[in-house]
Amino acid sequence: MAYPTLENVLRILTLQDHNTRIVLAGACAFGVAAGLVGAFLLLRKRSLLGDTLGHATLPGVAIGFLIAYGTGIDPRSFLPLALGATLTSVAGIAALLLIRRFSTIKDDAALAIVLSVFFGFGVALLSAIQQLPGGFASGLEHLIYGSAATMSSTDTSFVLVSSLCIAVICIALFKEFSLLCFDEPYARSSGWPATALDLLLMSLVVWTTVVGIQTVGILLVVALLVIPPASARFWCDGMGAMATVSALCGGLSCLFGVFLSALFPKWPTGALIVLSAGAIFAAGLVFGPTRGILIRSIRTRREELKLRRDHMLRAVFECAENSSESVPLSQLLTKRPWSRRHVTSEIARLADRGLLTFSLSNDSVQLTTTGLSEARRLVRNHRLWELYLIQHAEIAPAHVDRDADRIEHVLSLRIVEELEDILDQRPHDRLVPRDPEKSHL
Amino acid sequence: MTTPPLQINSLNVSYHSKLVLWDVGVSIQPGRTTAIVGPNGAGKSTLLKAALGLIPASSGDISFYGGPLRKCRSRVAYVPQRESVDWDFPVNARDVVAMGLYRRIGWCLPVRSIHRRMADEALADVGMADFACRQISQLSGGQQQRVFLARALAQKADLYLMDEPFASVDAATEQAILAVLERIKNAGGTVVCVHHDLETVAQYFDDAVLLNMRIVAQGPVIDVMTPENLRKTYGARLALVDELETNLSSSIPARK
Repeated sequence: MAYPTLENVLRILTLQDHNTRIVLAGACAFGVAAGLVGAFLLLRKRSLLGDTLGHATLPGVAIGFLIAYGTGIDPRSFLPLALGATLTSVAGIAALLLIRRFSTIKDDAALAIVLSVFFGFGVALLSAIQQLPGGFASGLEHLIYGSAATMSSTDTSFVLVSSLCIAVICIALFKEFSLLCFDEPYARSSGWPATALDLLLMSLVVWTTVVGIQTVGILLVVALLVIPPASARFWCDGMGAMATVSALCGGLSCLFGVFLSALFPKWPTGALIVLSAGAIFAAGLVFGPTRGILIRSIRTRREELKLRRDHMLRAVFECAENSSESVPLSQLLTKRPWSRRHVTSEIARLADRGLLTFSLSNDSVQLTTTGLSEARRLVRNHRLWELYLIQHAEIAPAHVDRDADRIEHVLSLRIVEELEDILDQRPHDRLVPRDPEKSHL
Repeated sequence: MTTPPLQINSLNVSYHSKLVLWDVGVSIQPGRTTAIVGPNGAGKSTLLKAALGLIPASSGDISFYGGPLRKCRSRVAYVPQRESVDWDFPVNARDVVAMGLYRRIGWCLPVRSIHRRMADEALADVGMADFACRQISQLSGGQQQRVFLARALAQKADLYLMDEPFASVDAATEQAILAVLERIKNAGGTVVCVHHDLETVAQYFDDAVLLNMRIVAQGPVIDVMTPENLRKTYGARLALVDELETNLSSSIPARK
């Protein structure tokens, strides 16, 4: 493999080639449009449909090619191929709807059937084309794997105009599509034409797929509908933000892919674009600030630490409840299956925060005033929840939230009082500590 | 007599050629709260959905305020079952409530600050003012239910159709929903709830419709919730009915 020279790299990065500029503009516009449509497709849980549509364009492309060949138009010009592709992907949707209506086959199976049958038909047509004189078949191969480099300026203007239209429709109908994706029955009940909106969304998906054929190719076009919105979910929470980030991810993937393929002309553009999208996805998966692996493991770790702290505070409190206020370490060790090292390190942490004091002379710990009130709150909440689970077993599991600041935030005061009464009647060792907020009254 | 907010005559609905609702006739009285009660699979939710045209009816006649639903969409608000949507959707509580205003905002126009304020007011009505910016995935089940309720309230409708709003919610939510029902009623509105808990029907609602594929009885709870009718609705599950008999006889007079 030949590495590009420095001069070449500079020329491409500074967009000195007219060709690179055209290809880049077309590809990025497509990426942005696909990212926008894809956000809705993903949230509507129809990603697999996008894949099916992508594959269903293959026979259409072949048919478009054959018709153009037969009528004497240049068979490699994009428009007849795009028309054919649209036609067969619409036929694909129709086939799906028919299967859904007239059989009891589940959706995933129906999708797989349509995908494979249409693709098989396309492959058969392609082999027929390869036997035609004139050697046009290599042009078609570009469409399967994507070859942005062969985009002409007419093709680019088609891609640009289409992408713009798709983006404008997505932005204009942003709230309508969001509602459709979130809660279709409600949309219907409040009078939105949900079926028409759904069809429009699917048409946009078909349109995007056709636009993407030249850039990323039939097989991989679905990647740009699914990967950018999935990546966006790692970075943000709101619907508007997600659509924006998704569009951005789509645009960037195409940008990187096109640059890479300009540097390594032998590699198919589509594959490079999808690999770029995959890299962006992986980065989000690890570093994403809302749902990334890192942030999630930090959160889990923090919760573990809090739980350990709570356990230790409760243990000290429960030991002190029955005896003098100073608790020997040996007694703590019997409370839970803790190692001595765990206990001492946890005690050191709690002492640092001023929740308890440790005396070396008799190897024992004592809660400070703050520690005592915090521990009292914890033990009270814990025991009340425990009792609630027993008393109201039929409804309790849906409500128990041991982490809730105070049980009253979740349960009504009446139930809490009732639980407190029950606890009061129990033997003394299970008394509920008084509510720290009431204790000074 | 005033036109009933919802009048259903001889409604038949079938799923895959199995009849689910059988010649159902219901008349909902204005300014009152009505519970639709019946065993699992009795077609309670189906009745609401068919009335709203969400699932096709084989035959029957449905009128809202004396006309077809499309003539008075804005007067009717629907609260679907909480489980019917994916709560992992990237929106916050305020966004969901604002969906109740989309019709008023109209095609293609964005949600503006005045709508956000209206959404916040609706959230405050269900005691969720502090949660406006919370992601819906991070709300508890009861809080999610209240968000759904707030979305319907934001519509400022006259008739509210609610599908199991009391199903497995916490005590705070239960109180909030009851307060909302009371407020709707005081403003002259009408509420229809699918309800699963026989014990609370008499406490929470004015009227009841007993449904088990067909209508067993309808009218004021005091007349409808009789052991005789409940036996007809719930069939052989007599233990439950007998237990209720004692509860009901003590709870109804206490309320009146």
